[in-house]
Amino acid sequence: MASFAWTIPLWPLLGWLLLGTLGGRLPRRVVSFVGCGSVALSFAASLLAMLTFPGEPQTVQIFSWIAAGDFSVAAGLLLDRLSLVMVLVVGGVGLLIHIYSIGYMAGERAYSRYFAYLNLFMASMLLLVMGSNLLVLFVGWEGVGLCSYLLIGFWFDRERAANAGRKAFIVNRIGDAAFLVGILVLWNALGTLDLRTIAERASTLSPPVMLTASLLLFVGATGKSAQLPLYTWLPDAMEGPTPVSALIHAATMVTAGVYLIARLFPLFTHPITLLVISTVGAVTALFAATIALVEWDLKRVLAYSTISQLGYMFLAMGVLAPAAGLFHLTTHAFFKALLFLAAGSVMHAMHDVIDMRRLGGLAGPLRYTAVAFAIGALALVGIPPLAGAVSKDMILERAAEHAAAGGSVLPLLLGLLTALVTSVYITRAALHTFLGRPADPQAHPHEGPPVMARPMGILALLAVFGGLLGAGLAGAPLLRFLAPQFGEAAHVPAAAGGAAPTSVATITSPLAIIVAVAGVVVGLVAYRGRRDPDLGMWGRLARSHFGFIHLYDGVFVPIAKRLAWTLAGPVDLGVIDRAVNGVGALLAGGARGLRRLQTGYVRHYAAIILLGTVLILAYWVIR
Amino acid sequence: MVPLTYYLVLSAVLFSVGMTGVLVRRNALIVFMSIELMLNSVNLTFVALSRHLGSIDGQLAVFFTIVVAGVEVVVGLAIIVEIFRSRASVNVDDVDLLRG
Repeated sequence: MASFAWTIPLWPLLGWLLLGTLGGRLPRRVVSFVGCGSVALSFAASLLAMLTFPGEPQTVQIFSWIAAGDFSVAAGLLLDRLSLVMVLVVGGVGLLIHIYSIGYMAGERAYSRYFAYLNLFMASMLLLVMGSNLLVLFVGWEGVGLCSYLLIGFWFDRERAANAGRKAFIVNRIGDAAFLVGILVLWNALGTLDLRTIAERASTLSPPVMLTASLLLFVGATGKSAQLPLYTWLPDAMEGPTPVSALIHAATMVTAGVYLIARLFPLFTHPITLLVISTVGAVTALFAATIALVEWDLKRVLAYSTISQLGYMFLAMGVLAPAAGLFHLTTHAFFKALLFLAAGSVMHAMHDVIDMRRLGGLAGPLRYTAVAFAIGALALVGIPPLAGAVSKDMILERAAEHAAAGGSVLPLLLGLLTALVTSVYITRAALHTFLGRPADPQAHPHEGPPVMARPMGILALLAVFGGLLGAGLAGAPLLRFLAPQFGEAAHVPAAAGGAAPTSVATITSPLAIIVAVAGVVVGLVAYRGRRDPDLGMWGRLARSHFGFIHLYDGVFVPIAKRLAWTLAGPVDLGVIDRAVNGVGALLAGGARGLRRLQTGYVRHYAAIILLGTVLILAYWVIR
Repeated sequence: MVPLTYYLVLSAVLFSVGMTGVLVRRNALIVFMSIELMLNSVNLTFVALSRHLGSIDGQLAVFFTIVVAGVEVVVGLAIIVEIFRSRASVNVDDVDLLRG
């Protein structure tokens, strides 16, 4: 690996160390400079690594981490086509959001703490995507989880934010436990945790082991990427600052599950695993999109939208199209970050009002933000040639081919239906927020400073032109770059030199566009005049998350709480505390008896010495 | 020539006298002198046995004992003087700060 490439995760780590220790005493301009500069350095190193990439995967061993018997793990970094793409997406979007944060968080008291957390997040995320073995990846995985918790609860004096942070942490813990067990299963079966070795040898695993390991890792992925049934933490995570939502809970961290599957893709090719992944992805996509229809909080609409789009990515993995999934990951990072930053701009202008019933008519005063939001929305909807259109169509094409080849038709049907619902909910959000009459005539919204506007502009450009990375007409540079990694599964378009599409795929793309446009029209008609039509039973179902809220609040949470109280009362107080206090009391009682020996009279001590001497002498004489 | 047994008996008597003094007297100076008595009773044993066995080793040990006793006197007397200054008493029973 080129000597500078291993510094990619190092710079944000140094930034975190500096800001975390001295940040409170540094002037704000220095904090901004260090916070953004460290990410810029790491992005520059990533770009340089891309330009000098020799084509073969590069690894660097930093040190031998664990060596116990025949168990050895080296802390190492891996730079190959997949991690390069991830590093560039994470670093690029991360840098833009860091810069945006300078404006968004300008009035914040704990300014340096914010940037310290953000830098630690970047370091963990880059470690996650560059780790050369599962354990290093897991360190990054937990690191981003920690930063997510810290940043969701950034305003920890607000009870809702503190609770949301804990919820994210606990729900993720469930997935992480399964992930850890999966790592152990893989170690047991293969005797190595090296990612490339696992991917190479996955086909030699016996099918039951492969199924177990892949499903366990997938449970971990559903936790981190907020898929059914572990999705509940992501909407609550919107309590954090909006740039955090854009960076962690839309563009980067939540895609870690998708990355994990792409990284170990050969392991996940067991037919049952593929079916599970594509079904969970497709159902989650539709499920979350439906909830977004009835949500009033703009940021939460975007959160459900993120869950839904992540569902598309998993769907792509499940229909053997990892490259299409990664392509959607990339374009989604652009347009969803853009949507979130636009929402942040609205919050900035409206003094943290985010309920769409109290917004409206913002297209006038916030023209720039409105245009940015519209571009993001159109990219999300999938209007060609915007970024989302190309990547989403590609996933649907692969789903169609998969169905035609005898696979499940569920992913295709749900995928198309989700595309329709997506258009409706984002149209609704845009109408409620930017059109109509202002809900609060007293408010005088104004655009944020240029430091907020510029990153939005760049992201808007990326959301418009990002599709070229995978479009056949533009040569599909991203897919061709990934082709050596995935082979056949990269699905390079025919126009860029790939295999000719099947007849099924050629009609999917126009169909998807028709569905998307139809959704926008339906949305414009249904929500004109900014009134929500009564959805009746469906509305109630969606508001209760199709029973998931009742399932969690009525079953799992009470069980967990009762377990916690049992452990806290009878077990902790009754057994553990008693044992600890018992040992203490025993020692105290013994000491109380022994202290009588310490009379303070010198002659007592002398007498005891004499007695001891006599006894020893007697022993020697009698023996 | 005095037989060895006499020396040893005398030494044992001296040691017991010293021992008793340490155990029963309260004046720190007397206790101190009793300790010296015990040390010198041991010295006597060393010298007597040295003569009896025709070896120089016992006499060597005596020199060590004398040196150590001298040092001990210096330190011990200094402590006693300090105790007297702070409490106007050299009664060892008054010094019981370490009582449990």
